[in-house]
Amino acid sequence: MSLQPDSTPDTDTGTFNNQEHPKTNNLFKESFLRILKSKTSVIGLCIIIILLLTALLAPLIATHSPTDQSIVNRYQPPSVDHWLGTDELGRDIFSRIVFGTRISIQIGVIAVGISMIVGVTLGSIAGYFGRWIDMIIMRVIDIMLAFPSVLLAIALVTILGPSLRNAMIAVGIVGVPQFARLVRSSVLSVKETEYIEASKAIGARNLRTLFGHILPNCLAPIIVQMTLGIGTAILDAAGLSFLGLGAQPPTPEWGAMLSDGRAALQNAPWVVAFPGVAIFLFVLGFNLFGDGLRDALDPKLKD
Amino acid sequence: MKKRYLLMFITFLFMVALVLSGCTDDAGSGSDGASDDANAEDQGQADEDEQADEGSDDGNTLIFGRGNDSLQLDPAAVTDGESIYVTNQIYDTLVQYEEEGTNVKPSLATDWEVSDNKLTWTFQLRDDVKFHDGTDFNAEAVVYNFERWTTSAEFTYYGAMFRATDDNPKGIIENVEATDEYEVQFTLSEPNAPFLNTLAMAAFGIASPESIEKHGEDFFKNPVGTGPFIFEEWVPDDSITLTKNEDYFGEAAKVDEVIFRTIPDNGARFMELQAGSIDIMNGLNPQDIQNVESDENLQAIYRPSMNVGYMAFNTDKEGPMSEKLVRQAINLAIDKDELLKLYEGIGKPATNPIPPSMWGHNDDIEDYGYDPEEAKSLLSQAGYGDGMDLVLHTFSNPRDYMPQPKVTAQAIQEMLKDVNINVEIIENDWDTHTSGEDMSYDMKFLGWIGDNGDPDNFLYYLLDKDNATPDAGNTAMYKSNEVHDLLIEAQSEPDQDKRTELYMEAQEIIHEDAPWLPIAHTTPPLAANKNVKNYVPHPTGSEPFNLIEIEK
Amino acid sequence: MLKYIIRRLVMLIPVLLGVSILTFSLVHLIPGDPAKSMLGEKATETQLELLREEMGLNDPYIVQYGNFIGKILQGDLGESIQSKEDIAVEIAQKLPATIELTIFAMILAMVIGILAGVIAAVKQYSWFDNVSMTGALFGVSLPIFWLGLMMIWVFAVELKILPPSGRLASTVELETITNFYLLDSILSGNWGAFKDAFFHLLMPGLALGTIPMAVIARMTRSSMLEVMGQDYIRTAAAKGLKKQLIIFQHALKNAFLPVLTIIGLQFGFLLGGAVLTETIFSWPGIGRYVYQAVLARDYQIVQSTILIIATIFVLVNLLTDILYKYFDPRIKYE
Repeated sequence: MSLQPDSTPDTDTGTFNNQEHPKTNNLFKESFLRILKSKTSVIGLCIIIILLLTALLAPLIATHSPTDQSIVNRYQPPSVDHWLGTDELGRDIFSRIVFGTRISIQIGVIAVGISMIVGVTLGSIAGYFGRWIDMIIMRVIDIMLAFPSVLLAIALVTILGPSLRNAMIAVGIVGVPQFARLVRSSVLSVKETEYIEASKAIGARNLRTLFGHILPNCLAPIIVQMTLGIGTAILDAAGLSFLGLGAQPPTPEWGAMLSDGRAALQNAPWVVAFPGVAIFLFVLGFNLFGDGLRDALDPKLKD
Repeated sequence: MKKRYLLMFITFLFMVALVLSGCTDDAGSGSDGASDDANAEDQGQADEDEQADEGSDDGNTLIFGRGNDSLQLDPAAVTDGESIYVTNQIYDTLVQYEEEGTNVKPSLATDWEVSDNKLTWTFQLRDDVKFHDGTDFNAEAVVYNFERWTTSAEFTYYGAMFRATDDNPKGIIENVEATDEYEVQFTLSEPNAPFLNTLAMAAFGIASPESIEKHGEDFFKNPVGTGPFIFEEWVPDDSITLTKNEDYFGEAAKVDEVIFRTIPDNGARFMELQAGSIDIMNGLNPQDIQNVESDENLQAIYRPSMNVGYMAFNTDKEGPMSEKLVRQAINLAIDKDELLKLYEGIGKPATNPIPPSMWGHNDDIEDYGYDPEEAKSLLSQAGYGDGMDLVLHTFSNPRDYMPQPKVTAQAIQEMLKDVNINVEIIENDWDTHTSGEDMSYDMKFLGWIGDNGDPDNFLYYLLDKDNATPDAGNTAMYKSNEVHDLLIEAQSEPDQDKRTELYMEAQEIIHEDAPWLPIAHTTPPLAANKNVKNYVPHPTGSEPFNLIEIEK
Repeated sequence: MLKYIIRRLVMLIPVLLGVSILTFSLVHLIPGDPAKSMLGEKATETQLELLREEMGLNDPYIVQYGNFIGKILQGDLGESIQSKEDIAVEIAQKLPATIELTIFAMILAMVIGILAGVIAAVKQYSWFDNVSMTGALFGVSLPIFWLGLMMIWVFAVELKILPPSGRLASTVELETITNFYLLDSILSGNWGAFKDAFFHLLMPGLALGTIPMAVIARMTRSSMLEVMGQDYIRTAAAKGLKKQLIIFQHALKNAFLPVLTIIGLQFGFLLGGAVLTETIFSWPGIGRYVYQAVLARDYQIVQSTILIIATIFVLVNLLTDILYKYFDPRIKYE
């Protein structure tokens, strides 16, 4: 349940980049300024920052404990004491949503982390080495893409067993093909450029060429994909939890909260409504920011 | 201009909707085909041919909404309530339960007697009954059915109730013989006190031998019995349609047709009831009871309680759960009155495994009560004063004896936190939950709905050491020799008073050993339109619909 | 063209083979004992063992896979463990419900999405552009299960103007011919049933179609903008051609190509999203069928249904690729 605020994607890749390619650092600064110019991405960034702060300061913001129950007070409508009402066990919905931010950030970061690491590895191997390696990896990716993603995630969670951890793994695996394809095509295009040819000519080893020269040049699309991927990951994981295949009680995961409130939709719609709004805002934040990021980093769409 | 496109599209949508709704209004005055609206029934006859019989349907079809489809319409081959609900309408048993309660009365058999050694049962059968396929019901048909049930492990209930195994496929029924055209004789290998009551279970409905032969493996989709309704059509996962049996030997049905509709979600099903598209439903969310009570068009019907919901302790597992003190402490740490609020009025706190309405229930036993301080001291006596971690297994879908398993689990988790016990909840679907493959639980939610109204059906199956295996009923793995001796003695004891005493004693030992936290006995609610009359729910979980009327 | 189609069809074989291996392996890793779920909670161990033998559950993996493929090639998808129904028959019965829902959702998504995208592009930076693109951004961020529940709450519980679940009210009778209810009601001239079926489609269709609608709107807008920036459109405008004509005859035609690929991909989203939507709206399609089978550990249904859905998805993508080529002969495939 712990949050790692210092390992958000941007800062990570940013430092990675710093060491070897001082030049791209400027590019980042430039891009950052460009992002700030776009209204929507600033809104997105604000939402993300607010969510991060909420997660970080959850105990200070929450008005109640997220797990304390009072069965007598179940299904209370929103009031001064319970801003967003109470749920089926009389728990404070506002406080649960606040603490749920931590879970969601965790899901987003871990699931996308899995997709990214596996996808980038597969994609760059395929793109760099080509031939039969490429052939095999891309066929496997094609096969994965032949399944609608939600369905594949459901199948994976069914095998692994329903839990938040396994839901994150499943959502992570389902996201692999996007990264693999993206990186493969970037690698293919970078591979042919002169300076890679040059570094190969002076005898740089495969791995060094790949990680030292090719991958840093694919960073922009990877970062964009990661930002947008977090939104998708949250949606998918919430869907799994909604189906009872994700987070287990009393974890205040938004999808699970929503699902638990379903039985009282007629009498206490707020139990269903508010967690959904939280999911929506979270995903919206990352989508807005990711969009802005793409416009800023992808020169093709500059204007 | 851009506005125009959008407006055009929206207008188009609205026009489609308007035209469509226009159709129904027309139907009232013209001869258009939309007789499905209630107020158009006088026009029904004039409608196009495919609507021909629909006008009459409106008033006299009972539409029953439920959460799951039937698995098979062969009562002997299934254990799920949703199959039994339907087969109850199609088949009759030799004897049947009274309308309220589990005493038996004549049905296909008019009379019966048992020999002095309690081993031979002779039944006189009705001579005026025909199966829905037109063939005669007689003693040979009964023999045919009983012999069929010994041929395959598929007929689960036969095995469970008559202790049939592969080595002994007949179980305790040594022989079934047609001693006359309408007389059948059972010879048992040992006395069995619940025998007559067991024969009344819906699982032992008598089917037409000719149709069984004719349909073979597909018999379960082409059920033919003698009951008040005749099978008509089955659209899997959607509906099962039955029509009235005009020649029923008992009281003929008051409705012409019964449709069982599958609507999985409890909330959605209730909305269908509110909208009037179904007449009656089971599996009402407890949260919706107040909505039923406050709706002037609806009524709540409560099924008499013959069930128990409980949390079993895995007494076989090394560690805290093998300690009686810990199990008693958990009983003391749960505030049952608070917990029962989650049942929204349909649950009574349970003290014993068998429900209070059943004979043999020991009223003298007092529940542990809520006393967290005492619980803590018991825990430190047992050496667990510093707390511990326990795993609770629960299931996802509501069941009659536990309408909110997930929420109940969380409530218990929170209550046990107060006595320093950390509970991890693992939720599975019902099949995985009951598969017995994962024995790692410390505590496990389960429940039981009585099959035949006999305490043996609860105590022996749920708490005898004979059944303390992962895939049998004794989930607590409770192995008490004392209890075993009492229960076995009670099984072959014909005198009910003596049996009562034996069961009373067994319950005392069970209470002291605390293999369970007994939680609740419920009165599961059904919700129905107010115009549904004479629906008398039976404690075993389902009932024939021949007495139900729909008032216009 | 025909050669291309044939080659693509041949290329499908390894993919489908891979899909079948993956499905089969995934499903066989699922914990739980199918024999147990078939016999129920009151079965004995010997009863279970007999059944396992009977069902071939004790055979080695390769043998089981061989049997699986052999049967599928003969059109036999196996029997449900629970209901013993022929799965091919059940899927045939439920597939129309899902297809009807997905096509309805897709039509909603395409009509509204393309329309909004075109208008937004033509009137770039106008209020409509802002509103519709913000709406589209909101749209892709919505959890569809939540959207579905909120619609039920508003339209079925509070306003009581739309039916909360199912395909048809129990009181409406419809002779089923194709199992596509809208089509069936037209064929039998049963307008009451048509209206009822249409109203039942509205909420699930909208819930399912929201995300594709948003994606299509955004895609249409950006590819329209790209096309409209190109010389020949500018030339056309300079030559004084009518604006509508330019938009519809030239720009949209070219902008439609990238949208077409998106539509193919979104179809996969719809098939996956159908699991959630059908569960919420009690829609009797294969999405709910496979979800219930997952919960009931009816692995026979799970593997057959997933295989069918994946095959459909692969075919739809192939179809969009072919259409793409058809509409844009400039593109060459190796």
